[in-house]
Amino acid sequence: MTDVGRHPLIKLYTLSEIVDVKGYVGNFDVRILQKARYVSEEDCTACGDCAMACPVVRPDEFNLGLSSRKAIFTPFPQAVPSAYVVNINECLGHNPVVCAKCLEACEKGCINFHMSDDEIQESVGSIIVATGLEPYDPTELDEYGYTRFENVLTSLEFERLINAGGPTKGKLIRPTDRRLPKSVGFIQCVGSRSARKGSSYCSNTCCMNTIKSTLVLKEHYPDIDIKVFYIDIRAVGKGFEDLFMRSRRLGVHYLRGLPGNVEELPDHSMRVAVENTVTGRLEFFDLDMLVLALGMKPAKNTRRLQEMLGLQLTADGFFLEAHPKLQPVDAASRGIFYAGCAESPKDIKESVTQASAAAVRAIRLMHKGEIYTEPITSEIDPEKCTACGKCSEICPYNAITKGIRKKTPSVVNTAACAGCGTCAAECPYDAILMNHFTDDQINNQINSMLEKSSQEKILVFACNWCSYAGADYAGVSRLQYPSNVRIIRTMCSGRVDEKFIFNGFLNGAPVVLVSGCHIGDCHYIDANRWTEKRVKKIRKKIEKLGIRPERLQLEWISAAEGNRFAEIMGRMEKLRQGVSIQEISETIEILKNREEKSEAQ
Amino acid sequence: MKPVTSIDTKPQMRIGVYVCHCGSNIAQTVNCPKVSETASGLEDVVISKHIAYACSEPGQQEIRDDIHEHGLERIVVASCSPRLHEPTFRQMMQSAGLNPYLLEMANLREQCSWVHLNEPDAATQKAEDLVNMAVSRARLLQPLEEEKLPLTKRTLVIGGGIAGIQTSLDLADNGYEVVLVEKNASIGGTMAQIDKTFPTMDCSI
Repeated sequence: MTDVGRHPLIKLYTLSEIVDVKGYVGNFDVRILQKARYVSEEDCTACGDCAMACPVVRPDEFNLGLSSRKAIFTPFPQAVPSAYVVNINECLGHNPVVCAKCLEACEKGCINFHMSDDEIQESVGSIIVATGLEPYDPTELDEYGYTRFENVLTSLEFERLINAGGPTKGKLIRPTDRRLPKSVGFIQCVGSRSARKGSSYCSNTCCMNTIKSTLVLKEHYPDIDIKVFYIDIRAVGKGFEDLFMRSRRLGVHYLRGLPGNVEELPDHSMRVAVENTVTGRLEFFDLDMLVLALGMKPAKNTRRLQEMLGLQLTADGFFLEAHPKLQPVDAASRGIFYAGCAESPKDIKESVTQASAAAVRAIRLMHKGEIYTEPITSEIDPEKCTACGKCSEICPYNAITKGIRKKTPSVVNTAACAGCGTCAAECPYDAILMNHFTDDQINNQINSMLEKSSQEKILVFACNWCSYAGADYAGVSRLQYPSNVRIIRTMCSGRVDEKFIFNGFLNGAPVVLVSGCHIGDCHYIDANRWTEKRVKKIRKKIEKLGIRPERLQLEWISAAEGNRFAEIMGRMEKLRQGVSIQEISETIEILKNREEKSEAQ
Repeated sequence: MKPVTSIDTKPQMRIGVYVCHCGSNIAQTVNCPKVSETASGLEDVVISKHIAYACSEPGQQEIRDDIHEHGLERIVVASCSPRLHEPTFRQMMQSAGLNPYLLEMANLREQCSWVHLNEPDAATQKAEDLVNMAVSRARLLQPLEEEKLPLTKRTLVIGGGIAGIQTSLDLADNGYEVVLVEKNASIGGTMAQIDKTFPTMDCSI
């Protein structure tokens, strides 16, 4: 930790959060909001005189409220930076009439109440997301009595109690009587592997964390009675099984089955009722203290950051990697990487491994000092452009400069263009060519798909990042869905032009599905809002023409929603079965007439 | 990036189609020889083959050799998802002297054989359709050139827990500048709250 504070190449911003990220791989512009510390980081020597003088006493977050701190404090003794910090909401104020005791106490004059929050701009070429985890909050699991009984602790609270640097200096005490408990029970999978409350995934570290705690306890208190209630003990890492065996040899009792109920006895010990799934009997145990092995949840700001950076999340809420086996460190967006629990629950070794991998992935990208951009960008035909400005208005990247009049048409800044193709789909004059996803290329796909037995087929447009990836995920999970589905990939659902849909119906498609990322998750900032608008508009249009609007569907399917993809395909097939051959030929007739009319005009 | 805008008006395009078995991943459901045979009858397709592993070195070499021998101008690889191997085959195109954007893939694994495991006939028919669609798109593909841009050799690390610390140090020790952003008053994260950590049972700070 101290190495980070000292390293000349690392600029550390604490009390800071990312407010905005603009740009693209190689050149991101980042806005950071840094909250005021009110103590000079350079001058403070962490002598602690200010805290001695401070009259405000508050629960210490680092020790989870098991001890107290002042309104001016250091988070913990080894903190980096070591400078103290003022919690301004707790501070009585710097007016000498009110308090200002710390100002007087600090001989060096490091405290400055005139500091204000600061906004910082930084340019970077790559981003590593290492936002960590949030421990599961066990209040909803009321059967374990965490909110009702003082001697029921979370694993993190327990950690602080047996930690040499903790409030008791590592001496284990029971909260109610401050005496050493004779027996301790651990309940595993609190908030993990549950379909009912908490999460369904395994949090990966809680088994080993409990085994570690039993070893620490047995080392200090060889006679203490320890029971561990578990579903399975997952000790899969290197050396882990040895620790588990050592714990059992030391007499820790592992009992398969999670308690159904916990009651408090008059002496404040806990009576645990558990179905022992080995013997099949309901058993009761009286224990002085109970520890809940908390699972991990994604960090609180995950969702906001995900939207800001245009990333994807798994159904569990952790960041989704580009590929679960082959690119486990990369985000789907180039130049962004994951490290640690941001991506999934990990222990320290795995976090460190992934962190080193992320660093190398970033270096691999940056070492040449230059970057090649994908040429999948749009291009404006100066002959057709009327400089109406529609494209520059809708472009999520502000990559199009509006022309002034017909003679100076609009221009695409290809370095800023990300290639969603929304402009090409929205241009009223057909003046925009979307490279690699041109109208002709896509129409060709539609035509050849519907060459034969068109009435039996389901035409699906899927965006590369979410829906197409969701379809891939359905495949990886071997989910079966109707075999008459035909998928056409576009980079973004925003590319799906009205023309494609009409062309599909004209060629005899019974039903058409447009699918993309969920609103807010769009890989191209908010291009899918245009998809939504456009599909609504087209449905109205076809209804007017006498075509059932239900035959055009819009669905949002994320990269992690393989299940949802398969389920929607089932629904599309039902919908298709309701479209008769007669209805299809009527539609073709209607659209042919429409084409002839517009040609006549 | 200056895309080549002039539309290729050559009357005939020389397209090669490669249907990959992916071991048995595709071949156990989809009749690959049949798909490849059907594709050989498509307009502009001058060669159509089915191969065990298109992505393997011998597989790629076979395609490269065909490109040279038969003067192929567009390549259709019908195999796994382009999200997996498009970069692989684009590199193959490049090494064979073709523009990488003249490649089109048909997704016969994730979106066909794996999702229609019990319907070999329907899956084969679907595979034929997907290849037909890919060929019709490949016919119109245009070469595109990638643009070279300057890059900022700095990394933003969001979060100063054990992962953020490790990644920052690795980057900085390799000579790269790091901007490390932490929302709390100190770095350390959850790791800092834990004393003895498995498997070494020592302090983690």
